[in-house]
Amino acid sequence: MSDYTEMWSSLGLDLKSHDVLLAALGKGYSDVFLSQKGRPEGMKYFDFVMSEVHGLRIKELMDAKAEGRKVIGSYCVFVPEELILAVDGVSVGLCAGAEFNFEGAETLLPRNTCSLIKSAFGFKLGKVCPYVEACDVVVGENTCDGKKKAYEILGPLLRDLYVMDLPQMKTGKGKELLKEEYRKFIGKLEEATGKKVTPEGLKKAVGIVNAKRKAVKRLAAIRAADPAPISGLDALLVNQVFFYDDPVRFTGAVNQLCDELELRAKKKNGVVPKGTTRVVVSGCPMAVPNWKVPLLIETSGAVIVGEESCVGERGNRWLTEVKGDTVEEMLDAITDRYFNIDCAVFTPNPSRVGYVKEMAKKLHAQGVVHYSLQFCQPYIMESGPVEKELEQSGIPTLRLETDYGQEDAGQLRTRIEAFIERLKKR
Amino acid sequence: MRCAGIDIGSRTTKLAVLEDGRLVLARKAVTSPDPLETVRRIMDGAVFEVITATGYGRHLARAHLDCQVVSEITAFALGACYFSHDCSSILDIGGQDTKAISLDPSGHLCKFEMNDRCAAGTGRFLEVMATALGFTLEEFAVAALSAHQTVKITSMCTVFAESEVVSLLSQGADRNEVALGIHKAIVSRSAGLLKRVAPEGKIFFAGGVALNGCVRVLLEEETGRHVFVPPDPQVVGAVGAAMSGSGGQ
Repeated sequence: MSDYTEMWSSLGLDLKSHDVLLAALGKGYSDVFLSQKGRPEGMKYFDFVMSEVHGLRIKELMDAKAEGRKVIGSYCVFVPEELILAVDGVSVGLCAGAEFNFEGAETLLPRNTCSLIKSAFGFKLGKVCPYVEACDVVVGENTCDGKKKAYEILGPLLRDLYVMDLPQMKTGKGKELLKEEYRKFIGKLEEATGKKVTPEGLKKAVGIVNAKRKAVKRLAAIRAADPAPISGLDALLVNQVFFYDDPVRFTGAVNQLCDELELRAKKKNGVVPKGTTRVVVSGCPMAVPNWKVPLLIETSGAVIVGEESCVGERGNRWLTEVKGDTVEEMLDAITDRYFNIDCAVFTPNPSRVGYVKEMAKKLHAQGVVHYSLQFCQPYIMESGPVEKELEQSGIPTLRLETDYGQEDAGQLRTRIEAFIERLKKR
Repeated sequence: MRCAGIDIGSRTTKLAVLEDGRLVLARKAVTSPDPLETVRRIMDGAVFEVITATGYGRHLARAHLDCQVVSEITAFALGACYFSHDCSSILDIGGQDTKAISLDPSGHLCKFEMNDRCAAGTGRFLEVMATALGFTLEEFAVAALSAHQTVKITSMCTVFAESEVVSLLSQGADRNEVALGIHKAIVSRSAGLLKRVAPEGKIFFAGGVALNGCVRVLLEEETGRHVFVPPDPQVVGAVGAAMSGSGGQ
């Protein structure tokens, strides 16, 4: 690995804490991922990306900035990457998945805040995230109340925070609101980059993002095979890297992985034996390096075959329709696409549970693990009705509520093992 | 065939041996800070062909002994069927966790709930409260049953409840009434767990806390359901583990 110390210093990182973080991340990665057996060759690319996640990729961002391009960070799948690419921006996801500097975060936030929000603050205040430091603009969005209010506190800590409003109901008015917000966002992007969104630029951007989503959708579909050709952990990792990597290169790597996996599926070559208990995980997003629950599931005798999550199918199952020759028409298509996302901040939100059922069926899963982050009100509130409906449809469901800490791993393992034992009995 | 089950709990380790589906040996020992040593001690001289471990120490046992493992939730579901044929609701209150389990009509594990990460409302909670009130565990249940009124305990956190008890005593509250309040608190929490997963029918009550007569009586009162406590409620998990080793028979 090259020496990136100078680059990190120039970004204002706290080198000492950053070293601690990188060492923990490296060890965690090796324990969780590299120890798996029979991994596809195509995962090597993602291993490399992860080994350079704070190195080479950041250097690429810095090079892009030197060329006059802008880095736009965001925390939510409602922020359209197409619009960022249309002004030649670089889009990066900023969600954090580690319990790092929570004491620092708690100087600004209530203790009873979800880990996802706390982690973002912990990283920012601890000066250990080169992504957020490299951002010219950070985009917040009004999803849950926690994030909405957190942006008020985060704003003064950032160079330029732009907050986007989001609808809460899937009505005509809701869609209009979303379109208007996207239009305003175009204005913000044009102002920040000094570039105009043109029909040609936007069409190209839609093409790039559609290709990227098609690739991860292809990966999702291959996982219906039994024996599972790829572990849930590896597939989750691909979906996590989705948010950081160069979109075109990422698309190529995922398609290459899929070529290999399709061959594996054909030859009935799996990472686990045929007949291994299969589950779908549904719920809150899992940002790098939040691999806790998937690791517990996959070391308890089951394999994860799909994620109904922002980092997974909720973020990727729709493509943007390629239509129209004007920015306005394309903006309609983009709005239509994003308005489908069935995040639990919407009320009511019936399509989400409907899709979980569909996933369980098409991926041949025996059960669903519903994962909520503690204090994530939308998903925790929705988990009760989701569990009820799934159980009534004959899909056993285990509801888990946890955070980024490790102290409940033993209790979680007991529940997960018992749930898998329940599924095996069927 | 002789199948053994060992349930390594946070407070007590239990061993059960089944011969052709009949319980022929049951042993208990306090879990020491070296659980493996406790396991070896309790297994000393016991004769069996296969052994299955359950309880929080199950993976430790697997790493050192030639044994299979089963989660305590499945173990209790199986064990309950050994002692009763008509209970589809199981409540286990052990040293550091509380479990409510429901069985489907064919006796298989269906839904379950456990207490969250802390020991609120578990056996450990009762122990700490008994000590705060100056009772042994046996005296504690008797004292609670003798009270005519309840002093309500509002906190379920072991640490907060202990300070609440101390402050109630300093205000002159009756020890027995406080004891009853504590028992009621644990019962209402357990009844809540049961209501979520197993709302109907007879309750099979297992775990060390099932030995407490006051909890048993209050549980019947609170739920309006019949509560069945097996002869030795602590060995249910070990019996279930042994059954799982013999193919769940």
